[in-house]
Amino acid sequence: MSIRHSLLALLSEGPKYGLQLREEFEARTGEVWPLNVGQVYTTLQRLERDGLVESDDDAEPGPQKTFRITPGGAEELAGWLRTPPDLSAPPRDELVIKVLVATRLPGIDVHEVIQTHRRHLIELMQQWTRLKDEEGDLDLGLALVVDAELYRLDSVVRWLDMADGRLKRAALEPPAPAKAAAPIRRRAGARR
Amino acid sequence: MSGVLEMSGVSKTYRDGADEVHALRDVDLTVEAGKMIAVMGPSGSGKSTLLTIAGALESATEGEVRIAGRPLSAMSRDDRSRLRRRAIGYVFQDFNLLPGLTAVENVALPLELDGISAGKARAEGLRALDGLELAGRASHFPDQLSGGERQRVAIARAIVGDRRLLLADEPTGALDSVNGEAVMRLLLTACKRGMAAVVVTHDAQLASWADRVVFIRDGSIVDRTAGRPGPDSLLTGEPAR
Repeated sequence: MSIRHSLLALLSEGPKYGLQLREEFEARTGEVWPLNVGQVYTTLQRLERDGLVESDDDAEPGPQKTFRITPGGAEELAGWLRTPPDLSAPPRDELVIKVLVATRLPGIDVHEVIQTHRRHLIELMQQWTRLKDEEGDLDLGLALVVDAELYRLDSVVRWLDMADGRLKRAALEPPAPAKAAAPIRRRAGARR
Repeated sequence: MSGVLEMSGVSKTYRDGADEVHALRDVDLTVEAGKMIAVMGPSGSGKSTLLTIAGALESATEGEVRIAGRPLSAMSRDDRSRLRRRAIGYVFQDFNLLPGLTAVENVALPLELDGISAGKARAEGLRALDGLELAGRASHFPDQLSGGERQRVAIARAIVGDRRLLLADEPTGALDSVNGEAVMRLLLTACKRGMAAVVVTHDAQLASWADRVVFIRDGSIVDRTAGRPGPDSLLTGEPAR
């Protein structure tokens, strides 16, 4: 979550003071991401140092000091919006590791381990869905955040379902004769 | 509190030649008025069988099913048919509307089959459609309606009259996400007005609308969620970084 660019986005609407920035940031992220006022001021100082925002020099430092975005800041913001975020998989996904370990440990039922995690994920999804249900006319920003979270959790449940089925099928099939293990090559970046 | 639907020790066994297929094993499930239960499981886990038995479309091999306190095993065939027409509403993935009837005729049909006069059944049908903001589509035929509208007509048919139990089998399976969510909201609204609902699905997003989720594998309920918690815990996270 880039506080830096979120503040630039709020300032692109017009000059604002620090406390106002914090309130608007929280309101627009549906109060899912609380922000303390210290983080706002530290970030504003850095943005000012980098020439991306400017303030009234004469004003006393404090809650009433007004900040505005510079042309350099507007350019930075436009570039950031179009820069793809890092969506590459984490090197060691904890849930994947747990399922892999469970397939190897004697006395552990991997399907029961999978079900425990499935239930936990669904309970979490129920909490997000209840948010949609209870606040019928959900603030648009919060509705987008809730959808994103539900789709993310849903994809984890789908992976568990797939793993469950794959392990069940594998248990029914006779083990294939052992092959010499080939190293897994990443296709992307592999030389032809 | 007693449930609108109470299943206790329900098993269903089919004969396949010399083999026995256990579609359901010792299922206990209670759904109170105003509550929605989701039944999640992969294909072939028994979730659709559970729904047909809960809906009195098939009989259990063992165990007892009570609907609104009345045991199905003690009812005659005619009584069970009457119960199905009056007390239970069904929603299917592929809508199951009759193509030769208009929207309102489809909705009024279960009431007419139950002996209610055509005029009165039509009035009730129109009221149900109006509640789902479909009054303007009442004289359209199913092929003149969008997928989302067809499913809303099917929901109107499932809640028309004085129904107590709503049974839905993958009700959003044929719809896009936006229409799917609209359908879930309508089913939840029907529950809040006092119906009890069972929704079977393999879709986690759909299941997450329910008050409770039960997980079924190989005909047995293997796990259940705790009661649906509030969303408050999501809003007290750590400050953003």
